[in-house]
Amino acid sequence: MDWVLFVTQMLNGLQLGVLLFLLASGLTLIFGIMDFVNLAHGSLYMIGAYFCGTFTDITDSFLYGIILAIPATAVVGVIVEIIIIRRLYSQNHLDHVLATFGLILCFDALVHFAWGPEGMAIPLPAILDGQIEILPDIVFPTFRLLIITTGLTLAIILYLVITRTRSGMLIRAGASNRTMIGALGIDIKTLFTLVFGAGAAMAGLAGMMISPITEASIGMGNDIIIVAFVVIIIGGIGSVKGAFIAAILVGFIDTMGRSFLDTFLKLLLSAESAETAAPALSAMLIYILMATILIFRPQGLFPPRGR
Amino acid sequence: MFRKLMLLATAGMLAIGPAVAADKVKIGFVTTITTPAGVIGKDMVDAVNLAVKDIGNKMGGLEVDLIIEDDGFKPAIGKQKTDKLVKQNDVDFVAGFIWSHVLLASQKSALDAGKFLISSNAGPSQIAGKLCHKNFFSTSWQNDQTPMAMGQLLNQKGVKSLYIMAPNYAAGKDMSAGVERVFKGKIVGKDLTKWGKGAQLDFSAELAKAKASGAEGIFVFYPGKAGGAFIKQYAQAGLQGKIPLYSVFTVDSIALPKLQKAKMNGVMGSMMTQFWAPDLDNAQNKKFVSGFKKAYGRYPSFYAAQSYDTIFLIKSAVEAVNGNLSDINGMRAAMKKANFPSVRGKFSYGNNHFPIQNFYSREVVSDADGVWTTAVRKVVLENHQDTYAKNCKM
Repeated sequence: MDWVLFVTQMLNGLQLGVLLFLLASGLTLIFGIMDFVNLAHGSLYMIGAYFCGTFTDITDSFLYGIILAIPATAVVGVIVEIIIIRRLYSQNHLDHVLATFGLILCFDALVHFAWGPEGMAIPLPAILDGQIEILPDIVFPTFRLLIITTGLTLAIILYLVITRTRSGMLIRAGASNRTMIGALGIDIKTLFTLVFGAGAAMAGLAGMMISPITEASIGMGNDIIIVAFVVIIIGGIGSVKGAFIAAILVGFIDTMGRSFLDTFLKLLLSAESAETAAPALSAMLIYILMATILIFRPQGLFPPRGR
Repeated sequence: MFRKLMLLATAGMLAIGPAVAADKVKIGFVTTITTPAGVIGKDMVDAVNLAVKDIGNKMGGLEVDLIIEDDGFKPAIGKQKTDKLVKQNDVDFVAGFIWSHVLLASQKSALDAGKFLISSNAGPSQIAGKLCHKNFFSTSWQNDQTPMAMGQLLNQKGVKSLYIMAPNYAAGKDMSAGVERVFKGKIVGKDLTKWGKGAQLDFSAELAKAKASGAEGIFVFYPGKAGGAFIKQYAQAGLQGKIPLYSVFTVDSIALPKLQKAKMNGVMGSMMTQFWAPDLDNAQNKKFVSGFKKAYGRYPSFYAAQSYDTIFLIKSAVEAVNGNLSDINGMRAAMKKANFPSVRGKFSYGNNHFPIQNFYSREVVSDADGVWTTAVRKVVLENHQDTYAKNCKM
């Protein structure tokens, strides 16, 4: 196997992985701490992308666009939490699914109304738009490298916040036993709002990172939210560490499947059926992985302690 | 008693129906207005409105009554809307249709009711071949023709090896098969990517493979939003200048303004094939393009061009029978002659009522005002007829 191609694909897998992590970390915290199924998490990813596009347009700078869009997305998250989500915590999961599915439709319609149906391209500054030679012969798009760095940095920050700070301690406690920390006199309402806002900001950031590559478009979050759920199920619901490892794993498997599966299938099948079967099969790989892990570890790879 | 009354009323409506309809030409236009694909429908509706305005809202002394319907990108809804146009509005012509699967689902509703059906975009092989119908006409092309022209262009350019990328669905496979049928060089790699719900928009892995394959060219078919996404990643991966880009139905006047806004220079100079271009040199096209730009402030896409032609084709039919809309045979014979000013210049209809027309190579350029558009380079296929016409017993 061509090692240049292999290393490039590893990097591509890592990039997809950290992007999934940005989305999944918020989702797993919301699910784990508040026991709340938030299908509309993908809508915040979309909102982040559109905010970033608009602010980039106004300020003519991608950097300022991101700096402004992150708090804006967090504010949207907080508002949604206060107005709608808060009323739903006491309901059962089916109600969560119904309500947040409704939210998806509302967000999609609002975006259609505000930005039109055609989607939004986000220009990158020239410095990010090129390629960079990381190792001899391995030339990688600069912006994708930035996604990897941002994602990994954020993962480290999140790790430090959760293991080393008081609010992180509360988050861990919340994931392990919600009722108990309420009983100990912690203001659980504010904690929930903050976690929801932070989750929204990270989902938004993921949207901002991907849209210079694929464009911001209506419903962009609905496609990726399914994969994000796969990630948190594999990682163990409520565990940020699990979300990180599962996201990287899913990123690698998806990319490697798309890259090398047709070559392997061609050894077994005719060229024509391999061509058609490979994309279908590689799209299934992560679900096969999830099913396998669920058989042996129904609670996921790294479930939070105390459950 | 009630039933009798209803029968009487129905009979009365039937008797009055034609007399009322005769002072207006009713045209039903089915396209996609909602969903992200709505941008295509918008371009088509704008072009149809412009055409109706350009003919002074009159055809053969009759007023034009245009009814636009949204298919929501779904075959079932397209059929429902066609039924509504045929039964409720009693239109004389059903036109439009971006998507092959929507057209296939809807065609029977219009044709069985004895209406004319005019496709302003979709050109599925079935309707060009076995399912051809005397009351069906196309103002576009059959799906296979454009990629076949691309295969020919690659041969002419002496490209020896090609990497193919297309979505994994019917049209994606057709487009790739069309190129492969004509291209004489070697296909060094091919990726069919996930499409439909949850379509893949990040092509990092595929582009890395294309780069490693050392191909002399990369051929893609990515309609709609995937097209813009692909072009960006092609540029970001540094393939521009290394592996030239050849595309069909990917880089159009809908994608280019967005690409320009995002400063995606990677698309400059890339080649495609098509039956039409905004700068095609004929009087009707000049009138259309300048009129469209004046009215809407942007270049028309090929979807718009085909839709504009649709109205003029209908006009030629209505005028040939002096506004006598009950003369179906007369209108059909008139349309068959393709005797109307078309934005593509002179063409003729084949036995299956698909155009026999030229296909050109086009290149992405910057116009005098610095706006990105496409320019015709040369004729690749002259008076080309689709391969399915021979399966049509007509």
